[in-house]
Amino acid sequence: MRVELDVPKCVASGQCVMAAPDVFDQRDDDGVAILLEERPGEELLDDVREAVAVCPAAAIRLVEG
Amino acid sequence: MSDALACPVTGASGPLPEYPLPRAAECPLAPAPAAQELRSEKPITRVRIWNGSTPWLVTRHADQRALLPDPRVSDDDLDPGFPYVNAHRAAIAPVSPRLITNTDAPEHTRLRRTVNGPFVVKRIEKMREPVQKIVDDLIDEMLAGPNPVDLLTAFALPVPSLVIAQLLGVPYEDHDFFQRSSSLVLDGSVPADEARRVSGELAAYLDNLIIQKTADPDDDVLSEMAGRVQAGEMTHTEAVHMGVAMLIAGHETTATMISLGTLALLQHPDQLALLRETDDPKVVANAVDEVLRYLSIVQTGVRRVAKDDIEIGDVVIRKGDGIIFDLHAANWDPEVFPGAQRLDIARPARIHQAFGYGPHQCLGQNLARLELQVVYGTLYRRVPTLRLAAAIEDLEFDHTGTTYGVHGLPVAW
Ligand code: HEM
Ligand code: SF4
Repeated sequence: MRVELDVPKCVASGQCVMAAPDVFDQRDDDGVAILLEERPGEELLDDVREAVAVCPAAAIRLVEG
Repeated sequence: MSDALACPVTGASGPLPEYPLPRAAECPLAPAPAAQELRSEKPITRVRIWNGSTPWLVTRHADQRALLPDPRVSDDDLDPGFPYVNAHRAAIAPVSPRLITNTDAPEHTRLRRTVNGPFVVKRIEKMREPVQKIVDDLIDEMLAGPNPVDLLTAFALPVPSLVIAQLLGVPYEDHDFFQRSSSLVLDGSVPADEARRVSGELAAYLDNLIIQKTADPDDDVLSEMAGRVQAGEMTHTEAVHMGVAMLIAGHETTATMISLGTLALLQHPDQLALLRETDDPKVVANAVDEVLRYLSIVQTGVRRVAKDDIEIGDVVIRKGDGIIFDLHAANWDPEVFPGAQRLDIARPARIHQAFGYGPHQCLGQNLARLELQVVYGTLYRRVPTLRLAAAIEDLEFDHTGTTYGVHGLPVAW
């Protein structure tokens, strides 16, 4: 599974960092999300799914492949 | 009241209900019965508001998630179809500067990125120790003072005021002035012209402080904004308005989550016991989100206007139509939160919409969560005998403000 982050849509809420700190970080100056792991391990997928669910901008997708 | 299961979930809504919808007197913490009925019967329907206009009311969780991030759903309060909360908001809209609270992308994105830095999760986390100290000191003072006491004035209002003062970088010797003025601005019983005068004083104070921080920057939000003003990323006026907005938006809301949150927990002793006995910060964090969901204190609904025709379900929202999102109804939507009328601090609560949803979702949510985690994790442990010192029927609730609240919460221990 691969994580897609739509940076222009991101409103820098940090909800992805709260849900999946091993997969997402934020830029220090404006809070825009940074994808740390494009292909996170199986054990992190639940966290990523939560990040997808709580992202207020619908900027995160978890896709096959 | 203690048994929310017995609270009404239907109410005479009629063909064109008046919004805001009234709560049931016997269930002061539950959503309006009519809002619950509309959610299951007519999830997107027209309502009538104070000026006679008839915007759409959206009550289901899923519909709110579909619509709020939609670029056709706009926060432009200069649009004639915008469903203003009240006459005052309608009057000030044309003379208000364009801020994050009344703009859409791309302007909103640009403005929001200039003020987001201090609210980055990792930076907020550094506030945990200072917030803990503020909370501990206030509890010490409260325990040394009269018993019973009003929890709102002794504890709930000072916490966010002292925290925001520290975050902004208000010098310690000015904290008293800052706290007194911000409480006056929020106190509904203060005459309007007095409140305006004090709020002018606060703005002038922040204005001055930003100038000082330009010359002598420190590690705080006003210094950071002063730097952005110098770099040409925002204007000095925008910086002053943002400082005031952070103070106003974060004060009463957080205070209410402390006072009403305490009331809700005292009404659910089994849940309060779980919270008091846990050592796990994750349990406390989830309890905070569950109480946010349960109370959904922003009671006037999130307001927007359609910039284009939008087809959703079996309705078409026309360009120029106003739209109101009732957060409490969505957060009690049984499709997302089974048994939603139960306060259950162990349920998955994170996807509640008490902070809104979409690009305008609360800027201060990570700070609010941190403050509430420290408060809920500390107050009930340090004061295990905390109890209500009045009959719930005698409490006076605020049904008209943007945020629901209680005018005073007498407690004893
Ligand atoms: C528990 C406490 C709080 C609650 C329930 C709350 C609730 C909300 C809600 C529902 C919105 C969305 C409004 C909309 O979509 O139109 C919002 C926006 C906002 N909140 Fe909060 N809030 C809280 C605390 C705070 C704090 C502590 C701050 C600042 C330090 C803050 C600053 C803001 C700002 C500036 C916005 C406007 C964001 C935008 O339009 O882009 N809030 N809040
Ligand atoms: S949750 Fe969404 S909007 Fe918020 S920082 Fe992450 S990607 Fe950006």
